[in-house]
Amino acid sequence: MKKKGILLPIVVWCVMTLITLLPIWWLFVVSMRTRVQLFGRPSLLLDGFYWGNYVEVLENEEFRFYLWNSIIVATSNCLIVTVLAFLATFALSRYKLAGEDSLFFWLITNRMAPAAVFLLPLFLLYTQVFRLGDFQLFDTRIGLILLYCVFNLPFAIWLLKGIMDGIPKELDEAAMIDGASTFQVLTRVVMPLAKPGLAVTAILTWMFAWNEYLFAATLTSVEARTITTGLAEFVTVTGTNWGELAALSMLTLAPALIFLGFVQRHIVAGLTFGAVKE
Amino acid sequence: MRSPVTGWLFLAPTILVLVVFGLVPFIYVAVVGFFDWNPFAANPDLVFAGVNNYRRLVFDNQFLRSIGLTLQFTFWVVLSQLIIGYLLAQLFMRDFPLKGLFRTIHTLPLLVAPIAVGAAWRLLCVPGLGPLPFYLNRWFGIDFRLGSFEHQAFITTVVMDIWHWTPLVTLTLLAGLSAMPKEPFESAQVDGANRWQTFWHIMLPLLKPVLITTTFIRLMDALRTVDEVWMLTGGGPGTATRYIGLHIWRVVFPQTDYGYGAAMSLMTLYLTIMLCWFLYVGLVARKPRAS
Repeated sequence: MKKKGILLPIVVWCVMTLITLLPIWWLFVVSMRTRVQLFGRPSLLLDGFYWGNYVEVLENEEFRFYLWNSIIVATSNCLIVTVLAFLATFALSRYKLAGEDSLFFWLITNRMAPAAVFLLPLFLLYTQVFRLGDFQLFDTRIGLILLYCVFNLPFAIWLLKGIMDGIPKELDEAAMIDGASTFQVLTRVVMPLAKPGLAVTAILTWMFAWNEYLFAATLTSVEARTITTGLAEFVTVTGTNWGELAALSMLTLAPALIFLGFVQRHIVAGLTFGAVKE
Repeated sequence: MRSPVTGWLFLAPTILVLVVFGLVPFIYVAVVGFFDWNPFAANPDLVFAGVNNYRRLVFDNQFLRSIGLTLQFTFWVVLSQLIIGYLLAQLFMRDFPLKGLFRTIHTLPLLVAPIAVGAAWRLLCVPGLGPLPFYLNRWFGIDFRLGSFEHQAFITTVVMDIWHWTPLVTLTLLAGLSAMPKEPFESAQVDGANRWQTFWHIMLPLLKPVLITTTFIRLMDALRTVDEVWMLTGGGPGTATRYIGLHIWRVVFPQTDYGYGAAMSLMTLYLTIMLCWFLYVGLVARKPRAS
Protein backbone atom coordinates (compact mmCIF):
# COMPACT_ATOMS: atom_id res chain seq x y z
CA MET A 1 0.00 0.00 0.00
CA LYS A 2 0.95 3.65 0.06
CA LYS A 3 4.10 4.37 2.02
CA LYS A 4 3.65 7.59 3.92
CA GLY A 5 5.94 9.38 6.32
CA ILE A 6 7.58 7.66 9.23
CA LEU A 7 6.96 10.48 11.68
CA LEU A 8 3.41 9.50 12.58
CA PRO A 9 4.12 5.83 13.32
CA ILE A 10 7.21 6.70 15.36
CA VAL A 11 5.37 9.25 17.48
CA VAL A 12 2.35 7.01 18.01
CA TRP A 13 4.48 4.00 18.84
CA CYS A 14 6.63 5.93 21.29
CA VAL A 15 3.46 7.00 23.09
CA MET A 16 2.07 3.45 22.94
CA THR A 17 5.29 2.05 24.36
CA LEU A 18 5.10 4.50 27.26
CA ILE A 19 1.48 3.52 27.92
CA THR A 20 2.32 -0.19 27.71
CA LEU A 21 5.23 0.12 30.07
CA LEU A 22 3.68 2.58 32.52
CA PRO A 23 1.87 0.11 34.83
CA ILE A 24 4.84 -2.25 34.91
CA TRP A 25 7.31 0.58 35.37
CA TRP A 26 5.18 1.92 38.21
CA LEU A 27 5.23 -1.51 39.88
CA PHE A 28 9.00 -1.46 39.62
CA VAL A 29 9.28 2.09 40.98
CA VAL A 30 7.01 1.31 43.94
CA SER A 31 8.91 -1.89 44.67
CA MET A 32 12.09 0.19 44.84
CA ARG A 33 10.76 2.66 47.40
CA THR A 34 10.71 2.69 51.16
CA ARG A 35 7.45 3.30 52.97
CA VAL A 36 8.36 6.93 53.60
CA GLN A 37 9.26 7.61 49.97
CA LEU A 38 5.95 6.25 48.73
CA PHE A 39 3.59 8.96 49.84
CA GLY A 40 3.30 12.56 48.75
CA ARG A 41 3.92 13.59 45.18
CA PRO A 42 3.81 10.43 43.05
CA SER A 43 6.97 10.85 41.02
CA LEU A 44 7.36 8.40 38.15
CA LEU A 45 11.13 8.57 38.34
CA LEU A 46 13.27 6.05 40.13
CA ASP A 47 14.66 7.42 43.41
CA GLY A 48 17.42 4.86 43.61
CA PHE A 49 17.65 1.18 44.32
CA TYR A 50 16.18 -0.11 47.56
CA TRP A 51 15.91 -3.88 47.76
CA GLY A 52 14.23 -4.03 51.16
CA ASN A 53 10.81 -4.97 49.78
CA TYR A 54 12.20 -7.90 47.82
CA VAL A 55 14.17 -9.04 50.87
CA GLU A 56 11.03 -8.88 53.01
CA VAL A 57 9.03 -10.92 50.50
CA LEU A 58 11.71 -13.53 49.93
CA GLU A 59 12.48 -13.88 53.63
CA ASN A 60 8.84 -14.58 54.31
CA GLU A 61 8.59 -18.35 54.48
CA GLU A 62 5.00 -18.39 53.29
CA PHE A 63 5.81 -16.57 50.06
CA ARG A 64 8.85 -18.73 49.46
CA PHE A 65 6.53 -21.74 49.78
CA TYR A 66 4.05 -20.16 47.33
CA LEU A 67 6.84 -19.51 44.85
CA TRP A 68 8.06 -23.08 45.22
CA ASN A 69 4.54 -24.44 44.69
CA SER A 70 4.11 -22.31 41.58
CA ILE A 71 7.41 -23.51 40.17
CA ILE A 72 6.54 -27.17 40.82
CA VAL A 73 3.00 -26.88 39.48
CA ALA A 74 3.95 -24.93 36.35
CA THR A 75 6.95 -27.11 35.55
CA SER A 76 5.20 -30.45 36.11
CA ASN A 77 2.18 -29.30 34.17
CA CYS A 78 4.34 -28.07 31.32
CA LEU A 79 6.22 -31.39 31.15
CA ILE A 80 3.06 -33.51 31.27
CA VAL A 81 1.27 -31.35 28.72
CA THR A 82 4.18 -31.23 26.30
CA VAL A 83 4.69 -35.01 26.40
CA LEU A 84 0.98 -35.86 26.14
CA ALA A 85 0.40 -33.31 23.39
CA PHE A 86 3.41 -34.60 21.50
CA LEU A 87 2.06 -38.16 21.60
CA ALA A 88 -1.49 -37.02 20.81
CA THR A 89 -0.48 -34.90 17.82
CA PHE A 90 1.73 -37.71 16.53
CA ALA A 91 -1.31 -39.99 16.62
CA LEU A 92 -3.57 -37.37 15.02
CA SER A 93 -1.15 -36.58 12.24
CA ARG A 94 0.27 -40.06 11.43
CA TYR A 95 -2.57 -42.51 12.05
CA LYS A 96 -5.92 -42.83 10.35
CA LEU A 97 -8.36 -42.89 13.23
CA ALA A 98 -12.12 -43.12 13.07
CA GLY A 99 -13.72 -39.79 13.98
CA GLU A 100 -10.47 -37.98 14.56
CA ASP A 101 -11.82 -34.67 13.26
CA SER A 102 -14.63 -34.63 15.82
CA LEU A 103 -12.19 -35.73 18.49
CA PHE A 104 -9.83 -32.91 17.58
CA PHE A 105 -12.68 -30.42 17.72
CA TRP A 106 -13.76 -31.68 21.13
CA LEU A 107 -10.20 -31.46 22.46
CA ILE A 108 -9.99 -27.82 21.40
CA THR A 109 -13.35 -26.75 22.86
CA ASN A 110 -12.04 -27.58 26.32
CA ARG A 111 -10.08 -24.37 26.26
CA MET A 112 -13.06 -22.16 25.45
CA ALA A 113 -14.95 -22.96 28.65
CA PRO A 114 -15.21 -20.04 31.09
CA ALA A 115 -13.30 -20.90 34.25
CA ALA A 116 -15.92 -19.50 36.62
CA VAL A 117 -18.50 -21.97 35.31
CA PHE A 118 -16.35 -24.94 36.27
CA LEU A 119 -15.27 -23.70 39.69
CA LEU A 120 -18.25 -25.10 41.54
CA PRO A 121 -18.34 -28.59 40.00
CA LEU A 122 -14.58 -28.93 40.30
CA PHE A 123 -14.63 -27.81 43.91
CA LEU A 124 -17.31 -30.38 44.69
CA LEU A 125 -15.56 -33.12 42.73
CA TYR A 126 -12.24 -32.34 44.39
CA THR A 127 -13.65 -32.32 47.91
CA GLN A 128 -16.38 -34.97 47.69
CA VAL A 129 -16.02 -37.29 44.75
CA PHE A 130 -12.42 -37.75 43.59
CA ARG A 131 -11.08 -39.30 46.76
CA LEU A 132 -9.28 -42.42 47.78
CA GLY A 133 -9.54 -43.12 51.48
CA ASP A 134 -8.12 -40.02 53.16
CA PHE A 135 -6.59 -38.68 49.98
CA GLN A 136 -8.50 -36.01 48.13
CA LEU A 137 -7.41 -33.83 45.25
CA PHE A 138 -8.43 -30.64 47.04
CA ASP A 139 -5.44 -28.58 48.17
CA THR A 140 -2.85 -30.75 46.45
CA ARG A 141 -0.32 -29.79 43.81
CA ILE A 142 -1.21 -32.82 41.74
CA GLY A 143 -4.82 -31.63 41.68
CA LEU A 144 -3.75 -28.34 40.13
CA ILE A 145 -1.24 -29.97 37.79
CA LEU A 146 -3.89 -32.29 36.35
CA LEU A 147 -6.53 -29.60 36.15
CA TYR A 148 -4.30 -27.18 34.25
CA CYS A 149 -4.07 -29.84 31.54
CA VAL A 150 -7.67 -29.01 30.65
CA PHE A 151 -6.79 -25.62 29.23
CA ASN A 152 -3.14 -26.27 28.36
CA LEU A 153 -3.52 -29.55 26.47
CA PRO A 154 -5.90 -28.17 23.81
CA PHE A 155 -3.57 -25.23 23.32
CA ALA A 156 -0.47 -27.41 23.06
CA ILE A 157 -2.17 -29.84 20.70
CA TRP A 158 -3.19 -26.98 18.43
CA LEU A 159 0.30 -25.55 18.34
CA LEU A 160 2.04 -28.91 17.84
CA LYS A 161 -0.44 -30.22 15.26
CA GLY A 162 0.70 -27.64 12.73
CA ILE A 163 4.32 -28.43 13.43
CA MET A 164 3.79 -32.19 13.29
CA ASP A 165 1.92 -31.94 9.97
CA GLY A 166 4.86 -29.95 8.63
CA ILE A 167 7.34 -32.77 9.26
CA PRO A 168 7.43 -34.94 6.12
CA LYS A 169 5.91 -38.38 6.67
CA GLU A 170 8.47 -39.87 4.28
CA LEU A 171 11.12 -39.42 6.96
CA ASP A 172 9.48 -41.67 9.54
CA GLU A 173 8.40 -44.13 6.86
CA ALA A 174 12.00 -44.41 5.73
CA ALA A 175 13.09 -44.99 9.31
CA MET A 176 10.40 -47.66 9.72
CA ILE A 177 11.64 -49.46 6.61
CA ASP A 178 15.13 -49.40 8.12
CA GLY A 179 13.67 -51.32 11.05
CA ALA A 180 13.08 -48.56 13.60
CA SER A 181 10.34 -49.11 16.13
CA THR A 182 7.55 -46.59 16.62
CA PHE A 183 9.26 -45.40 19.77
CA GLN A 184 12.53 -44.86 17.92
CA VAL A 185 10.73 -42.95 15.18
CA LEU A 186 9.25 -40.69 17.84
CA THR A 187 12.45 -40.00 19.74
CA ARG A 188 15.06 -40.14 16.97
CA VAL A 189 13.25 -38.76 13.93
CA VAL A 190 10.24 -36.67 14.89
CA MET A 191 11.39 -35.18 18.16
CA PRO A 192 14.60 -33.54 16.90
CA LEU A 193 12.65 -31.94 14.05
CA ALA A 194 9.84 -30.77 16.33
CA LYS A 195 12.23 -29.37 18.95
CA PRO A 196 11.71 -25.64 18.30
CA GLY A 197 7.96 -26.13 18.33
CA LEU A 198 8.16 -28.19 21.49
CA ALA A 199 10.20 -25.45 23.16
CA VAL A 200 7.65 -22.75 22.32
CA THR A 201 4.81 -25.03 23.46
CA ALA A 202 6.59 -25.75 26.71
CA ILE A 203 7.29 -22.09 27.47
CA LEU A 204 3.76 -20.95 26.73
CA THR A 205 2.10 -23.75 28.72
CA TRP A 206 4.47 -23.01 31.57
CA MET A 207 3.46 -19.33 31.45
CA PHE A 208 -0.27 -20.12 31.40
CA ALA A 209 0.07 -22.47 34.38
CA TRP A 210 2.17 -19.91 36.24
CA ASN A 211 -0.33 -17.11 35.55
CA GLU A 212 -3.46 -19.05 36.52
CA TYR A 213 -5.32 -17.71 39.53
CA LEU A 214 -9.00 -18.61 39.78
CA PHE A 215 -8.65 -22.40 40.10
CA ALA A 216 -5.64 -22.11 42.36
CA ALA A 217 -7.57 -19.79 44.66
CA THR A 218 -10.62 -22.06 44.80
CA LEU A 219 -9.12 -25.54 44.82
CA THR A 220 -6.34 -25.01 47.35
CA SER A 221 -6.32 -23.70 50.90
CA VAL A 222 -2.93 -24.12 52.56
CA GLU A 223 -0.70 -26.79 51.11
CA ALA A 224 -0.76 -25.98 47.43
CA ARG A 225 -1.26 -22.21 47.24
CA THR A 226 0.55 -20.62 44.33
CA ILE A 227 2.21 -17.26 43.90
CA THR A 228 -0.81 -15.67 42.20
CA THR A 229 -3.07 -16.56 45.12
CA GLY A 230 -0.40 -15.21 47.48
CA LEU A 231 -0.43 -11.95 45.57
CA ALA A 232 -4.22 -11.68 45.71
CA GLU A 233 -4.32 -12.47 49.43
CA PHE A 234 -1.67 -9.89 50.08
CA VAL A 235 -4.02 -7.12 49.06
CA THR A 236 -6.82 -8.20 51.34
CA VAL A 237 -4.65 -9.19 54.29
CA THR A 238 -2.14 -6.38 54.64
CA GLY A 239 -4.07 -3.66 52.87
CA THR A 240 -1.49 -0.94 52.60
CA ASN A 241 1.92 -2.56 52.40
CA TRP A 242 2.31 -1.33 48.83
CA GLY A 243 6.08 -1.70 48.50
CA GLU A 244 5.99 -5.41 49.22
CA LEU A 245 2.89 -5.88 47.10
CA ALA A 246 4.79 -4.34 44.19
CA ALA A 247 7.84 -6.50 44.85
CA LEU A 248 5.68 -9.64 44.89
CA SER A 249 3.94 -8.52 41.68
CA MET A 250 7.32 -8.01 40.01
CA LEU A 251 8.31 -11.55 41.00
CA THR A 252 5.01 -12.83 39.58
CA LEU A 253 5.51 -11.16 36.23
CA ALA A 254 9.27 -11.76 35.99
CA PRO A 255 8.87 -14.92 33.85
CA ALA A 256 6.85 -12.91 31.34
CA LEU A 257 9.74 -10.45 30.99
CA ILE A 258 12.25 -13.30 30.65
CA PHE A 259 10.35 -15.33 28.06
CA LEU A 260 8.92 -12.43 26.04
CA GLY A 261 11.72 -12.47 23.48
CA PHE A 262 11.47 -16.22 22.87
CA VAL A 263 7.78 -16.56 22.30
CA GLN A 264 6.52 -13.22 21.04
CA ARG A 265 6.48 -14.45 17.42
CA HIS A 266 4.27 -17.41 18.35
CA ILE A 267 1.98 -15.98 20.96
CA VAL A 268 -0.64 -14.76 18.50
CA ALA A 269 -0.91 -18.05 16.68
CA GLY A 270 -1.08 -19.67 20.10
CA LEU A 271 -3.77 -17.44 21.57
CA THR A 272 -5.98 -17.55 18.48
CA PHE A 273 -5.69 -21.33 18.01
CA GLY A 274 -3.78 -20.90 14.83
CA ALA A 275 -6.79 -19.25 13.26
CA VAL A 276 -4.49 -16.32 12.61
CA LYS A 277 -1.04 -17.07 11.33
CA GLU A 278 1.79 -14.63 10.99
CA MET B 1 2.72 -51.23 11.02
CA ARG B 2 0.45 -48.21 11.45
CA SER B 3 -2.24 -49.93 13.42
CA PRO B 4 -4.91 -47.58 14.77
CA VAL B 5 -4.53 -49.26 18.16
CA THR B 6 -1.12 -47.68 18.60
CA GLY B 7 -2.59 -44.33 17.60
CA TRP B 8 -5.35 -44.62 20.18
CA LEU B 9 -2.77 -45.61 22.77
CA PHE B 10 -0.93 -42.36 22.11
CA LEU B 11 -4.17 -40.42 22.45
CA ALA B 12 -5.48 -42.29 25.47
CA PRO B 13 -3.80 -40.27 28.25
CA THR B 14 -4.92 -36.97 26.70
CA ILE B 15 -8.49 -38.17 26.30
CA LEU B 16 -8.51 -39.59 29.83
CA VAL B 17 -7.34 -36.32 31.41
CA LEU B 18 -9.78 -34.21 29.41
CA VAL B 19 -12.71 -36.52 30.14
CA VAL B 20 -12.05 -36.63 33.88
CA PHE B 21 -11.25 -32.94 34.36
CA GLY B 22 -13.19 -31.38 31.48
CA LEU B 23 -16.20 -33.50 30.59
CA VAL B 24 -17.06 -34.95 34.01
CA PRO B 25 -17.30 -31.50 35.71
CA PHE B 26 -19.55 -30.36 32.89
CA ILE B 27 -21.94 -33.31 33.32
CA TYR B 28 -21.71 -33.00 37.09
CA VAL B 29 -22.69 -29.32 37.08
CA ALA B 30 -25.62 -30.12 34.81
CA VAL B 31 -26.85 -32.83 37.19
CA VAL B 32 -26.36 -30.86 40.42
CA GLY B 33 -28.30 -27.98 38.88
CA PHE B 34 -31.48 -30.06 39.19
CA PHE B 35 -31.05 -30.63 42.92
CA ASP B 36 -31.34 -28.69 46.13
CA TRP B 37 -28.06 -29.18 47.88
CA ASN B 38 -26.71 -27.18 50.76
CA PRO B 39 -24.42 -29.16 53.07
CA PHE B 40 -24.88 -26.61 55.84
CA ALA B 41 -28.67 -26.43 55.68
CA ALA B 42 -31.09 -28.38 57.88
CA ASN B 43 -31.21 -31.12 55.27
CA PRO B 44 -27.65 -31.57 53.90
CA ASP B 45 -28.64 -34.21 51.32
CA LEU B 46 -29.39 -33.78 47.66
CA VAL B 47 -33.09 -33.30 47.06
CA PHE B 48 -34.43 -33.40 43.54
CA ALA B 49 -35.79 -29.98 42.68
CA GLY B 50 -36.58 -30.18 38.98
CA VAL B 51 -36.17 -26.80 37.32
CA ASN B 52 -36.72 -24.81 40.51
CA ASN B 53 -33.15 -23.55 40.53
CA TYR B 54 -33.57 -22.25 37.01
CA ARG B 55 -36.89 -20.65 37.92
CA ARG B 56 -35.15 -18.77 40.73
CA LEU B 57 -32.54 -17.43 38.31
CA VAL B 58 -35.09 -15.46 36.32
CA PHE B 59 -36.03 -13.44 39.40
CA ASP B 60 -32.52 -13.11 40.84
CA ASN B 61 -31.79 -9.39 40.48
CA GLN B 62 -28.15 -9.72 41.44
CA PHE B 63 -27.60 -12.36 38.79
CA LEU B 64 -29.39 -10.33 36.13
CA ARG B 65 -27.46 -7.20 37.08
CA SER B 66 -24.16 -9.09 36.84
CA ILE B 67 -25.09 -10.38 33.41
CA GLY B 68 -26.01 -6.85 32.31
CA LEU B 69 -22.74 -5.42 33.63
CA THR B 70 -20.75 -8.16 31.94
CA LEU B 71 -22.44 -7.44 28.62
CA GLN B 72 -21.76 -3.70 28.94
CA PHE B 73 -18.14 -4.36 29.87
CA THR B 74 -17.71 -6.79 26.98
CA PHE B 75 -19.31 -4.43 24.48
CA TRP B 76 -17.08 -1.46 25.31
CA VAL B 77 -13.95 -3.54 25.65
CA VAL B 78 -14.29 -5.43 22.37
CA LEU B 79 -15.40 -2.37 20.40
CA SER B 80 -12.54 -0.18 21.65
CA GLN B 81 -9.99 -2.90 21.11
CA LEU B 82 -11.10 -3.50 17.54
CA ILE B 83 -10.86 0.21 16.70
CA ILE B 84 -7.58 0.90 18.48
CA GLY B 85 -6.09 -2.40 17.34
CA TYR B 86 -7.02 -1.69 13.71
CA LEU B 87 -5.44 1.77 13.77
CA LEU B 88 -2.27 0.45 15.41
CA ALA B 89 -2.05 -2.43 12.95
CA GLN B 90 -2.32 0.06 10.07
CA LEU B 91 0.63 1.96 11.52
CA PHE B 92 2.61 -1.28 11.72
CA MET B 93 2.11 -1.74 7.97
CA ARG B 94 4.55 1.07 7.32
CA ASP B 95 8.29 0.80 7.60
CA PHE B 96 9.95 2.75 10.34
CA PRO B 97 13.00 2.36 12.57
CA LEU B 98 12.83 0.14 15.69
CA LYS B 99 9.62 -1.52 14.47
CA GLY B 100 10.67 -4.90 15.89
CA LEU B 101 11.36 -3.44 19.31
CA PHE B 102 8.04 -1.58 19.45
CA ARG B 103 6.28 -4.78 18.47
CA THR B 104 7.99 -6.84 21.13
CA ILE B 105 7.14 -4.35 23.86
CA HIS B 106 3.56 -4.15 22.59
CA THR B 107 3.28 -7.95 23.07
CA LEU B 108 4.36 -7.82 26.71
CA PRO B 109 0.92 -7.37 28.37
CA LEU B 110 -0.30 -10.63 26.76
CA LEU B 111 2.16 -12.65 28.83
CA VAL B 112 1.74 -10.89 32.16
CA ALA B 113 -0.36 -12.73 34.75
CA PRO B 114 -3.82 -11.14 34.93
CA ILE B 115 -3.52 -10.98 38.68
CA ALA B 116 -0.30 -8.94 38.35
CA VAL B 117 -2.01 -6.68 35.81
CA GLY B 118 -4.70 -6.04 38.41
CA ALA B 119 -2.08 -5.34 41.06
CA ALA B 120 -0.24 -2.89 38.79
CA TRP B 121 -3.41 -0.97 37.94
CA ARG B 122 -4.46 -0.95 41.55
CA LEU B 123 -1.16 0.65 42.49
CA LEU B 124 -1.68 3.21 39.75
CA CYS B 125 -5.07 4.07 41.22
CA VAL B 126 -4.50 4.13 44.98
CA PRO B 127 -5.40 7.60 46.27
CA GLY B 128 -2.46 9.43 47.81
CA LEU B 129 0.00 7.05 46.21
CA GLY B 130 -0.73 6.37 42.55
CA PRO B 131 -0.08 8.83 39.75
CA LEU B 132 -3.54 8.45 38.18
CA PRO B 133 -5.55 10.17 40.95
CA PHE B 134 -2.82 12.75 41.41
CA TYR B 135 -2.49 13.88 37.80
CA LEU B 136 -6.17 13.54 36.96
CA ASN B 137 -6.89 15.89 39.83
CA ARG B 138 -4.11 18.30 39.00
CA TRP B 139 -4.63 18.53 35.25
CA PHE B 140 -8.37 17.98 34.90
CA GLY B 141 -9.70 18.58 38.39
CA ILE B 142 -11.17 15.08 38.51
CA ASP B 143 -11.77 13.59 41.92
CA PHE B 144 -10.59 10.06 41.09
CA ARG B 145 -11.56 7.50 43.73
CA LEU B 146 -12.23 3.97 42.53
CA GLY B 147 -13.69 2.97 45.85
CA SER B 148 -16.36 5.67 45.79
CA PHE B 149 -17.54 6.30 42.25
CA GLU B 150 -19.19 3.51 40.34
CA HIS B 151 -18.70 4.85 36.83
CA GLN B 152 -15.02 5.51 37.49
CA ALA B 153 -14.52 1.94 38.64
CA PHE B 154 -16.34 0.61 35.58
CA ILE B 155 -14.37 2.79 33.16
CA THR B 156 -11.08 1.87 34.81
CA THR B 157 -11.75 -1.86 34.41
CA VAL B 158 -12.51 -1.21 30.73
CA VAL B 159 -9.32 0.81 30.27
CA MET B 160 -7.31 -1.87 32.05
CA ASP B 161 -8.69 -4.57 29.78
CA ILE B 162 -7.95 -2.42 26.73
CA TRP B 163 -4.38 -2.08 27.96
CA HIS B 164 -4.12 -5.81 28.54
CA TRP B 165 -5.66 -7.24 25.37
CA THR B 166 -5.45 -4.65 22.57
CA PRO B 167 -2.03 -6.08 21.57
CA LEU B 168 -3.71 -9.35 20.62
CA VAL B 169 -6.12 -7.51 18.33
CA THR B 170 -3.32 -5.41 16.85
CA LEU B 171 -1.25 -8.47 16.03
CA THR B 172 -4.09 -10.55 14.58
CA LEU B 173 -5.28 -7.66 12.42
CA LEU B 174 -1.70 -6.99 11.39
CA ALA B 175 -1.45 -10.61 10.26
CA GLY B 176 -4.68 -10.12 8.31
CA LEU B 177 -3.48 -6.89 6.71
CA SER B 178 -0.12 -8.39 5.74
CA ALA B 179 -1.76 -11.29 3.94
CA MET B 180 -4.04 -8.98 1.94
CA PRO B 181 -3.71 -8.72 -1.85
CA LYS B 182 -2.73 -5.28 -3.17
CA GLU B 183 -4.55 -5.34 -6.50
CA PRO B 184 -8.05 -4.42 -5.31
CA PHE B 185 -6.69 -1.31 -3.60
CA GLU B 186 -4.75 -0.26 -6.67
CA SER B 187 -7.72 -0.67 -8.97
CA ALA B 188 -9.90 1.20 -6.48
CA GLN B 189 -7.43 4.07 -6.61
CA VAL B 190 -7.48 4.02 -10.39
CA ASP B 191 -11.27 4.12 -10.32
CA GLY B 192 -11.09 7.18 -8.10
CA ALA B 193 -12.57 5.74 -4.90
CA ASN B 194 -12.07 7.90 -1.85
CA ARG B 195 -10.54 6.56 1.36
CA TRP B 196 -13.86 5.88 3.04
CA GLN B 197 -15.18 3.95 0.03
CA THR B 198 -11.97 1.95 -0.17
CA PHE B 199 -12.18 1.13 3.52
CA TRP B 200 -15.86 0.19 3.44
CA HIS B 201 -16.05 -1.72 0.17
CA ILE B 202 -12.62 -3.31 -0.07
CA MET B 203 -10.76 -3.30 3.24
CA LEU B 204 -13.58 -4.49 5.46
CA PRO B 205 -14.76 -7.39 3.28
CA LEU B 206 -11.19 -8.59 2.82
CA LEU B 207 -10.43 -8.29 6.52
CA LYS B 208 -13.71 -9.86 7.58
CA PRO B 209 -12.51 -13.41 8.34
CA VAL B 210 -9.72 -12.15 10.59
CA LEU B 211 -11.98 -9.54 12.17
CA ILE B 212 -14.57 -12.17 13.04
CA THR B 213 -12.05 -14.58 14.52
CA THR B 214 -10.56 -11.80 16.61
CA THR B 215 -13.96 -10.62 17.77
CA PHE B 216 -14.96 -14.09 18.94
CA ILE B 217 -11.74 -14.73 20.79
CA ARG B 218 -11.89 -11.39 22.56
CA LEU B 219 -15.60 -11.76 23.23
CA MET B 220 -15.21 -15.10 24.98
CA ASP B 221 -12.26 -13.86 27.00
CA ALA B 222 -13.98 -10.61 28.00
CA LEU B 223 -17.10 -12.48 29.13
CA ARG B 224 -15.08 -14.52 31.60
CA THR B 225 -12.85 -11.75 32.97
CA VAL B 226 -12.31 -12.24 36.69
CA ASP B 227 -8.75 -11.98 37.98
CA GLU B 228 -7.81 -8.42 37.01
CA VAL B 229 -11.10 -6.94 38.10
CA TRP B 230 -10.98 -8.78 41.39
CA MET B 231 -7.54 -7.33 42.08
CA LEU B 232 -8.43 -3.81 40.95
CA THR B 233 -11.86 -3.20 42.46
CA GLY B 234 -12.92 -6.42 44.18
CA GLY B 235 -16.20 -6.09 42.24
CA GLY B 236 -17.06 -2.80 43.89
CA PRO B 237 -17.89 -0.17 44.77
CA GLY B 238 -21.17 -1.83 45.66
CA THR B 239 -21.82 -4.11 42.73
CA ALA B 240 -20.59 -1.74 40.01
CA THR B 241 -17.93 -4.08 38.60
CA ARG B 242 -19.22 -7.42 39.82
CA TYR B 243 -19.11 -9.21 36.49
CA ILE B 244 -20.67 -12.64 36.20
CA GLY B 245 -17.52 -14.64 36.91
CA LEU B 246 -16.90 -12.59 40.05
CA HIS B 247 -20.53 -12.96 41.08
CA ILE B 248 -20.47 -16.76 40.86
CA TRP B 249 -17.10 -17.01 42.54
CA ARG B 250 -17.42 -14.46 45.32
CA VAL B 251 -21.13 -14.32 46.09
CA VAL B 252 -22.86 -17.54 45.07
CA PHE B 253 -20.02 -19.91 45.83
CA PRO B 254 -19.52 -18.94 49.52
CA GLN B 255 -23.27 -19.32 50.15
CA THR B 256 -22.78 -23.10 49.73
CA ASP B 257 -26.12 -23.27 47.94
CA TYR B 258 -24.58 -25.71 45.52
CA GLY B 259 -27.61 -26.67 43.47
CA TYR B 260 -28.41 -23.05 42.75
CA GLY B 261 -24.75 -22.22 42.05
CA ALA B 262 -24.57 -25.10 39.59
CA ALA B 263 -27.71 -23.89 37.81
CA MET B 264 -26.22 -20.39 37.59
CA SER B 265 -22.92 -21.73 36.26
CA LEU B 266 -24.66 -23.72 33.58
CA MET B 267 -26.91 -20.82 32.66
CA THR B 268 -23.85 -18.57 32.28
CA LEU B 269 -22.26 -21.10 29.96
CA TYR B 270 -25.49 -21.36 28.01
CA LEU B 271 -25.80 -17.56 27.68
CA THR B 272 -22.17 -17.33 26.53
CA ILE B 273 -22.74 -19.93 23.85
CA MET B 274 -26.01 -18.32 22.77
CA LEU B 275 -24.41 -14.89 22.48
CA CYS B 276 -21.63 -16.32 20.33
CA TRP B 277 -24.17 -18.21 18.28
CA PHE B 278 -26.27 -15.13 17.56
CA LEU B 279 -23.19 -13.17 16.61
CA TYR B 280 -22.03 -16.01 14.43
CA VAL B 281 -25.37 -16.15 12.64
CA GLY B 282 -25.44 -12.37 12.29
CA LEU B 283 -21.88 -11.94 11.08
CA VAL B 284 -20.91 -15.07 9.27
CA ALA B 285 -23.73 -17.28 8.20
CA ARG B 286 -25.41 -14.69 6.01
CA LYS B 287 -22.71 -14.96 3.39
CA PRO B 288 -20.54 -17.98 2.64
CA ARG B 289 -17.06 -17.06 3.71
CA ALA B 290 -13.90 -18.00 1.91
CA SER B 291 -11.27 -19.23 4.28
